[in-house]
Amino acid sequence: MSIPLAYNLRNLYARKVSTLLTALGIGLVSWVFIFTLALAGGFQAALQSTGSARNAIVIRSGSTAELTSIVPREVAAQVETQPEIARAPDGAPLATHELVVLWNLERKNGTTANVVVRGVTAKSMALRPGVRLLRGRMFRPGLEEVVVGKLLEERMAHCSVGDRIKLAGRQWAIVGVMDAGGTAFDSEIWGDVELFMPVFDRPVYQSVTLRLDEPSHFAALQKRLESDPRMSVAVKREDLFYEAQSATLATLLRGLGFFVTLVMALGAVFGALNTMYAAVGSRTKEIGTLLALGFSRGSILLSFLVESVLLALVGGLIGCAMALPVNGITTSTMNFASFSEIAFRFEVTPAMLLAGIVFAAVMGVVGGFFPSRKAARRVIVEALREA
Amino acid sequence: MKYLRLVLANLLRSKRRTFLTVFSIAVALFLFCTLRTVITSFEAAMRASNATRLVVRHAASLVFPLPLAYRERLAQVPGVTGITYGNWFGGYYQDPKNQFAQFAMDVSTFDALFPECVVSEPEKEAFRAERTACIIGRSLARKYGWKIGDEIPIIGTIFPGEWRFTVRGIYTGATKDVDENTLFFHWDYLDQSLPAGRRSLVGLYWLRIASPDLAPAVSRRVDAIFENSAQPTKTETEKAFQAGFISMLGNVRLLLTIIGSAIVFAILLVTINTMMMAARERTAEIAILKSLGFGDGRILFLVGAEAVLLSLAGGLLGSGLAALVFHESDFTGGGFFPNFRVLPETVVLGLGLALVMGIVSGIVPAIQAARLRVADAIRKVA
Amino acid sequence: MTSANGSLIHLRDVHKVYYRDKLEIPVLQGIDLDVDEGEFLALMGPSGSGKSTLLNLIGGIDLATRGEVQVAGESLSRLSPGRLAAWRARHIGFIFQLYNLIPVLTAQQNVELPLLLTRLSSKERRRRVLFALELVGLQDRAKHFPRQLSGGEEQRVAIARAIVADPTLLVADEPTGDLDARNAGEILTLLQRLNAELKKTILMVTHDPHAAERAHITRHLDKGVLQP
Repeated sequence: MSIPLAYNLRNLYARKVSTLLTALGIGLVSWVFIFTLALAGGFQAALQSTGSARNAIVIRSGSTAELTSIVPREVAAQVETQPEIARAPDGAPLATHELVVLWNLERKNGTTANVVVRGVTAKSMALRPGVRLLRGRMFRPGLEEVVVGKLLEERMAHCSVGDRIKLAGRQWAIVGVMDAGGTAFDSEIWGDVELFMPVFDRPVYQSVTLRLDEPSHFAALQKRLESDPRMSVAVKREDLFYEAQSATLATLLRGLGFFVTLVMALGAVFGALNTMYAAVGSRTKEIGTLLALGFSRGSILLSFLVESVLLALVGGLIGCAMALPVNGITTSTMNFASFSEIAFRFEVTPAMLLAGIVFAAVMGVVGGFFPSRKAARRVIVEALREA
Repeated sequence: MKYLRLVLANLLRSKRRTFLTVFSIAVALFLFCTLRTVITSFEAAMRASNATRLVVRHAASLVFPLPLAYRERLAQVPGVTGITYGNWFGGYYQDPKNQFAQFAMDVSTFDALFPECVVSEPEKEAFRAERTACIIGRSLARKYGWKIGDEIPIIGTIFPGEWRFTVRGIYTGATKDVDENTLFFHWDYLDQSLPAGRRSLVGLYWLRIASPDLAPAVSRRVDAIFENSAQPTKTETEKAFQAGFISMLGNVRLLLTIIGSAIVFAILLVTINTMMMAARERTAEIAILKSLGFGDGRILFLVGAEAVLLSLAGGLLGSGLAALVFHESDFTGGGFFPNFRVLPETVVLGLGLALVMGIVSGIVPAIQAARLRVADAIRKVA
Repeated sequence: MTSANGSLIHLRDVHKVYYRDKLEIPVLQGIDLDVDEGEFLALMGPSGSGKSTLLNLIGGIDLATRGEVQVAGESLSRLSPGRLAAWRARHIGFIFQLYNLIPVLTAQQNVELPLLLTRLSSKERRRRVLFALELVGLQDRAKHFPRQLSGGEEQRVAIARAIVADPTLLVADEPTGDLDARNAGEILTLLQRLNAELKKTILMVTHDPHAAERAHITRHLDKGVLQP
């Protein structure tokens, strides 16, 4: 490129206020873009990673969530004898039968939310490799003890180790906090399923979750169980099961986000156009001089385009800088499939930051193209005559 | 008013800049109105709620049902003038994506408690007479092209299997806020199709009270009756019930507000920049106007008026476009917003915001222009 | 490098017409001109006589409506815009009345601009820039910005820029028009030196008779017609 970069950089600096205002505008658009990606991404990550491709979940056929599913004891027992189930070190099948209900709890800010209360067995935690005990200890079977997910401890009132929680008319001691790595289980309360069943007056389970000995055996297992008329169950890959739950809301969030960002980008591009047209307008004589000196029209076009992109990149960097603090902030929304509160963290990845910068650059190109072309097209003698 | 021509002439001097600025403000306000409509349509149900209706549900969770036997005791509570009951059905039509509300309602009391669902008498009779009949909202009928006499198959998720209902009536909402996307059918039909152990269970009771201020007292009374039973109740006004749902959406409102503010602020920056750039180019002309006798105050007004006019034009364009696009549209965002329309107050708010943007962006150039000393400026011109 | 008859600049029956809203405004009519290498020619005339336009045609920043314009061996109307730009960079050094320096670049960077269009290494470029600045006596002000220089100094920087790429022809449009008598004198002396010592061909438009005196030849232009 023949026209030196210093020309563009210094001119951007010479019109500091204008440059800053336009860059900030573009930066904000970039920020909203990254913000939306981080929101949808965090939400999906929480739900997607909740399930594992090595696990299968068995629910009543026709149900889309555990909440509306019913798996009677006999059916659960039969499912747990299937050959495709992996074995624990002690030789027992790596499978668990669970119960799921919703309970209304108070948030720290005073409002209430529905929270998933899950009755689990001893194998439940083993089946979910991402879940481990963060604090305290696991509840003892047969006792009125529960453990809570770490995001519940963070957001709900009286949800720490040592507190008591009222479920189904009884007081339960919170003896531990689980870390489920940002998945849906971070927003759940776990207790002994055999104790929950009479207490919640639910004589049936909601689901059976099992670890496949070989992921490829899933198809055979699914076919056998689903075609058995006595059972009327549906067998799903655990990761796909949870992913499907998040799909609708995640899509909506992304859709809304992209719509907003795109339209906003339009507004910012209009702003960039104004700025660049003004820049070109005030430097008409310079452009004429450069053309007279023999610089090609192409190099003029390129120079102003680069200036516009530089301007936009400054905005992009500002947007990224503003987006970084968003990373890790916890928020929550309703998981429509399970009708319960799911808390998740905003997740800002390097890929998103890069996307934000590229997006800004694109805005710079679009906003700079027409003014640059106008600059390059000036008639030399007219340009030189301008004051 | 006579200065309007002068202001307009100035704005049209650089048509391109004027149009770009107006469009960018229009864009911002369009987005603002759309986002705000997302929030207001969540709250539409709250606005449509009847202040003389209470909702009774299981105290612990919506998931647990109440016994049908509660009906007599509830009807006798002092202050209660009417009662109906129903269950959320939660099915879909053909594809899980096609979700809309279905309720199994007690047909003998339903219309008395829900007068805002307006149905003609013959249709009401036909609905009552047939066990597998249903009435659907007008929007729903329009969306799927259903007419009276059509048979609608619904796949149940809570109550599995395929259920078939015949359309015998189409209801319209008494006000614009009433949701017209629900399907109502016979509670008896649902109950009798269930296995023996799962019958006579009601999802929600609705109570009518004589006047809104009786709500707190009646609610307390009802809950006190069932407090220590196996199925305790929670009674609240319909508005509070809806609000509970909305609060479950957590921070969505906050997030949307943040994004909305970012948008407005970004465009404000852009507009301020434009006004300042325009002002820089006009020093000479302002000087000439002043030398002709235009006072500082008039100049302030002229420059300010330009900014305000631009912004209002953009605001009108953006807000108006939003109102138009979603007017009578079938947009429901995948079933999330049954009633997505831009409220008049949103439009007014948008215009007000545009006005503020105009004033804020025009203030600095206007003051600079007012303060300009003719002698300095004329020197530059010569 | 020269035209058919050996001159550096050769114009035959050159016409230039401007069009404004369908109105024809003839600016130059039937210009015949020959300038040899090494000449210092002054063009004079009242305002509106078309002298700047003639200069622009010769400098290749405007094209004649009719007629033959041959400069440095090239018929300008036959060159595509891209080739014309390259030709200008190689053959023409412009000096303007209002200097036309780029405000955000230093004196050194301004002078370097024409060299950016060549293939010279950055070291070679720096050498030539310093040489040009020394020639105009401003080597100490190399890092200063135009706003930090006086009018006379700015014009000298502009001259340095005009000669740094060793062009065939220097084209100056009212070079002393914006300067006081003393500075004007210094600039004209500089131009004379460039012509005498470096053998630069110079074409200068001016309305100042004192300036015209410094040239070898003076031609007059009146209402678009070159006086004999």
